[in-house]
Amino acid sequence: MRNPVYISSVGSVSPQNTLDNALFLDEIVLYDSSTLKIIAPNYKEFIPPAAARRMAKGIKMSTASAKTAMAEGQIEENEIDAIIVGTGLGCIGDSEKFVKDIIDNDEQYLTPTRFIQSSHNTVAGQIALGMGCKGHNFTYVHAAVSFESSIIDAKMQLEEGEAQHILVGGVDELVAHHEDSHRLIKHIKEEPTETMALLKSKSKGAVFSEGANFFVLSNEKRDSAYSQLVAIETFNTISQEKIAQKVSDFLTVNEISASDIDLIVLGNNGDVDFDGYYDQLSEGIFNNTPQAYYKHLSGEFDTASAFGFWLGNKILKNQRVPKAVQLNSIEPKKLDTILLYNQYRGENHSLVLLKKC
Amino acid sequence: MSRGVAITGIGVISAIGNNAKENHASLISGKIGISKISQIETIHKDEIMVGEIPTLNHELEKQLGLSEDEYSRTPMIGIVAVQEAISSAGITDINDCKCGLISGTTVGGMDKSEQYFYDYFQNEEHWNHITGLNAGDSTNKIAAYIGLEESFVTTISTACSSAANAIMLGARMIKSGQLDRVIVGGTDCMSKFTLNGFKTLMIQSDTYNTPFDENRKGLNLGEAAAYLVLESDKIVSRDNKEVLAYVKGYGNANDAYHQTASSEHGDGAVLAMEKALKVAALPSEAIDYVNAHGTATPNNDLSEGRALLRIFGDKVPEFSSTKAYTGHTLAAAGGVEAVYSVMALQNNIIYPNLNFKTPMKEFDLLPETEVKEKELKTVLSNSFGFGGNCSTLIFSKEA
Repeated sequence: MRNPVYISSVGSVSPQNTLDNALFLDEIVLYDSSTLKIIAPNYKEFIPPAAARRMAKGIKMSTASAKTAMAEGQIEENEIDAIIVGTGLGCIGDSEKFVKDIIDNDEQYLTPTRFIQSSHNTVAGQIALGMGCKGHNFTYVHAAVSFESSIIDAKMQLEEGEAQHILVGGVDELVAHHEDSHRLIKHIKEEPTETMALLKSKSKGAVFSEGANFFVLSNEKRDSAYSQLVAIETFNTISQEKIAQKVSDFLTVNEISASDIDLIVLGNNGDVDFDGYYDQLSEGIFNNTPQAYYKHLSGEFDTASAFGFWLGNKILKNQRVPKAVQLNSIEPKKLDTILLYNQYRGENHSLVLLKKC
Repeated sequence: MSRGVAITGIGVISAIGNNAKENHASLISGKIGISKISQIETIHKDEIMVGEIPTLNHELEKQLGLSEDEYSRTPMIGIVAVQEAISSAGITDINDCKCGLISGTTVGGMDKSEQYFYDYFQNEEHWNHITGLNAGDSTNKIAAYIGLEESFVTTISTACSSAANAIMLGARMIKSGQLDRVIVGGTDCMSKFTLNGFKTLMIQSDTYNTPFDENRKGLNLGEAAAYLVLESDKIVSRDNKEVLAYVKGYGNANDAYHQTASSEHGDGAVLAMEKALKVAALPSEAIDYVNAHGTATPNNDLSEGRALLRIFGDKVPEFSSTKAYTGHTLAAAGGVEAVYSVMALQNNIIYPNLNFKTPMKEFDLLPETEVKEKELKTVLSNSFGFGGNCSTLIFSKEA
């Protein structure tokens, strides 16, 4: 008998005001840009200022997000059995600076801090160090399924009773060289795009961004619980023609059908070349299902789907779908079961099934 | 929970050989792969020694049918090792069951990113490498090359324990029934980035590394790729597979002591070994040989040695570090040493810890310094990394 898995608490640092868990997208911050930055938390509330000075941005925003989730779930540091982080590029700001220093200074006068913080598992390691957590400590770095890989790992441990509470998060920084180089290959939109007009842009590329979304997953239902994590699966490839069938297969395995889905949360990023995957579902088997999207608020980054996971959880707990994320005009009759689907540039697809608890 | 995790295929490319057979031959003949650096232009080339794979990029491109400068070296050597592992497992259709790929890497496509960092803005010739910095890109390229589709594919980056953790996740997914088959391991090529990074930490040796020696001067960086094919009991019996060994135990723990250094008494290492023994349901006396992490840095070997003493007391089994042969291959190290552990079990041989002369003053641990024949049933392999990451795998002949 496998234990059920619950999302006990959440913490989100994003380009929106999401860190205060008492709020839920009550006021949307509107942008007109092709890149977004996080709204910086008041780091002093989470990190001693002396320590914060040396820290990479990714570590700082993860700490704020993780500590918010831990506080909300009233989970003590010594109750966390494992820390699992997903990140596409880790503390890429430090990696870029280290490469730049190597080239500009002809391999001389280098200092270790930037190299050390470049290690992809710096965030997970630093959080463990800060909490004195000696448990399982993994970091997944597989682009758009980095976060989902972390959730899969956590779910397996919680179901089998190897852990009771696991801190899981997704984090990525947006920094200069990464942005500039991705502009060259047009993965970033050439024109600034208004927040609420992202899906009407009909242009190539995405609005790039950053963020840190952390969660405590538990195999017991806490008072703060947001949802039950029913199922999650990832796929390296799927063709547009087969996506609807894959989703149906996933639902069948979990003994439900498309009509049981009260809301589908889609990862549309306004890229005219790849949003067709979402259209296959929103205009196909989920044509009559209430639909939501979020990347106009979070922007696109390797772990943006962790913001989608945050959104799904907030919707189930608050039992409402904020107007700003509604993708169609169908009102949900109830909000018991939510399906999340995400992909990036046709690769690294993920499906997540959440249930009200 | 009594499902076995069978190892049915192995593949490795390192400084001491392009496949498992060549690696074994080098290991038993004492042929080391450490030399002056030849393939990367660096001002440090006279100060450090490394373990390079002799095959050049253009040779790998030709071997794999790739065009010039198409892929980073990381996925290329990864493909070589994965192909060997698949072929050694006798797999003809990779998609004939629920199959996954889990790869560890730390540098990913950094070799190309550092080369074209400014060049990208001068001309478009190398833009194919812009997305290659994303570590997952190397894994997706390997998956695409072997034709793995609509499958669980992910990448782990926990510094020098990455491949060990990939093996651990794969074993857990087979046990829990989520996958029938999974290819697990890691790949890391040499880069200026890591050479200079370890240089700033002042833990690179200017001569041959000497694991567990009192006068050790640090590590030699190496490059390698190594993978195992893990299969469920169901697939083993369906395909009537020869089983090379089993993944019997695994454990990961965090030292929670320092971002780059191991704790003085090896707390994380002790926890990882304890967990692995518990999963394997074996007492410490059941371990016949330990393939140590043994990087030959002052800090690692002291911490690991103390951890071994804490686990095994005065009955520390024969142990050796094979890094004197290969150098420290970072993310790939746990994969390389997993392959070596399996070959040790297959051949009933303990590979020697080369370059050892003087015991460390802190304890009287003596690694095996000669090839030793011994009936082996169970081998324990350690891998530790930055961020306090400590991993232990236990391999056995019996399920």
